[in-house]
Amino acid sequence: MPMNARDRFTRFLASAGALLIAALWAAAPAHAQLRIEITSGVTDPIPIAIVPFARAVPADGGVDVAAIIQNDLEGSGRFRAQPRAQMISMPTRIQDVSLADWRASGNDYIVVGRVSALDGGQLAVDFELLNLLNGQQLAVGRFTGPQSALRNAAHRVSDVIYEKILGVRGAFATRIAYVAVDGKPPEQRYQLIVADSDGENARTILESRLPIMSPAWSPDGEWLAYVSFENRKSAVYVQRVRTGERRQVSARAGINGAPSWSPDGRRLALALGGSGGNVDVYVLDLASQNLTRITDDPAIDTEPVWAPDGKTLFFTSDRAGAPQIYRVAAQPGQQPKRITFGSHYNARPRVSPDGTLLAFVTIDQGNYRIAVQDLSNGTVRVLSRGTLDESPSFAPNGAMIIYSGRDRGQSVLATVSVDGLTGQRLKADRGEVREPVWGPFQQ
Amino acid sequence: MRRTLMVLLIAASLGVAACASKPRQQDAPADAGAASGSGVDTAGVDDSAAAGSVAADDGAGVPGPQEGLLARRVIYFDFDSSEIRGEATEIIAAHARYLASRPGTRVRLEGHTDERGSREYNIALGERRAQAVRRALMLQGAADTQLSTVSYGEERPAAAGSNEEAWAQNRRVEIVYLN
Repeated sequence: MPMNARDRFTRFLASAGALLIAALWAAAPAHAQLRIEITSGVTDPIPIAIVPFARAVPADGGVDVAAIIQNDLEGSGRFRAQPRAQMISMPTRIQDVSLADWRASGNDYIVVGRVSALDGGQLAVDFELLNLLNGQQLAVGRFTGPQSALRNAAHRVSDVIYEKILGVRGAFATRIAYVAVDGKPPEQRYQLIVADSDGENARTILESRLPIMSPAWSPDGEWLAYVSFENRKSAVYVQRVRTGERRQVSARAGINGAPSWSPDGRRLALALGGSGGNVDVYVLDLASQNLTRITDDPAIDTEPVWAPDGKTLFFTSDRAGAPQIYRVAAQPGQQPKRITFGSHYNARPRVSPDGTLLAFVTIDQGNYRIAVQDLSNGTVRVLSRGTLDESPSFAPNGAMIIYSGRDRGQSVLATVSVDGLTGQRLKADRGEVREPVWGPFQQ
Repeated sequence: MRRTLMVLLIAASLGVAACASKPRQQDAPADAGAASGSGVDTAGVDDSAAAGSVAADDGAGVPGPQEGLLARRVIYFDFDSSEIRGEATEIIAAHARYLASRPGTRVRLEGHTDERGSREYNIALGERRAQAVRRALMLQGAADTQLSTVSYGEERPAAAGSNEEAWAQNRRVEIVYLN
């Protein structure tokens, strides 16, 4: 690795390490645990050996860093990890790796590393990534933090490996939020849950006997906006994820729904119904509470979402007789333009982080499925195969989409790559899980 | 293909509507079950933070008239429709007459949908249904001030299951007497 690139990498690691300490999460029991099951992958995944890391017993609390990395990389569908039982040795430093031997056992890359206890109760995770085909050291790094941040450190190692090999930033060290529902109608309990992107570390941040819906991450990952019916009518709240502190930002007459943060984090697009019940799209400035009406149509206009330019909104409307997706400038009095055709049902748009793709729910062969449309040429690709798939949300790297659906009657969260080639399911051990939203990169 | 589906849906809905001609368990206001409280708890993900908690409970029991058509409090709808079906008109007329004769009585109209389609769109559709019942009640003598609406979309189903029978029971407006 050239020297200046190495310096940049070291700085990246240093800042990542600092955040890791700030982002420590205390342990608490989760309500519904998610279990990962890989459903599809590329036909020719990259073979990689992820050797068990040297442990720091007992300070590491039994966390198997290499297993977390393996789970991340295999879950992406792009990698195939060598089973541990087939490994020829267990090196923890690159100088102990015999290139020819590891290559001969079918690997293109190898990851080795160590967890060690530092003074003051901190842990360090050191890792090295080696290209076995040419002997090039692709990455070397260290993350430090408390034991509670060890899983996060492992995800950050996965992010580095993914980026160094595939050239796309990894999104493993990110979080998801989703709504979980327990109990049978009408006695249901609703929970808003925040978890790591692999479903681990699940924490309930809101619990209610009345519906919670439409969670949306702020661009900085500090806040979740959502709709709660706790006062027997809909209201939009924003809640600081770390502390639980929250405030009500819209409890107007009628429907208050579908919050979406502007890319600068200052405004929320909302769907408001008023006392007459006709839902239109509005933009609320959070600091001033100024409300701007964007659409004015007797049809249902809802599910607004910002394009990354911060100037454009996409939304669902049935103004043509059935739900379709429209685009409009985020200013009053603009004429919306219809974007989706081809199916008599297209709804709940989400825009990819680079603004080139639109993900939404479509009716495909009589089933509700997740589709993406190329915004430059209108090409549509149906990505999912369920019957009631809904609520697509892009990973911050734009490579994957998380959504909810059913698998043999069981409620699941699922991911699919935007090329449709790879996917995995996160199954809840009980209850229903839905409306997953993928949080931003950690800063 | 879609037309065939619609015909089947309507046929199934009519089947359910026929069953609905006598009072059933589901006709009780959904609030009765949830009256034990709608408390909400918020929490941060850091144990050092104080977890806030808000108590919210409107204390609804099962008030309102119980005799004859007035015991029927649920209006059912066709798929993706907010049109009031023929069999519901006499139920709505009975409630409108009751409300007109008792100006101090207030009701909340709770709109619901089945699970198909996106959630926020269904919130809007449930509101359309609640507004359709509101307008029908007002046309027959109820006053605007007696009526409020809320839509729960697909979030509070009356029946579990992903089949036409459950869906038909869930596409509804519940008339909830508040006093």
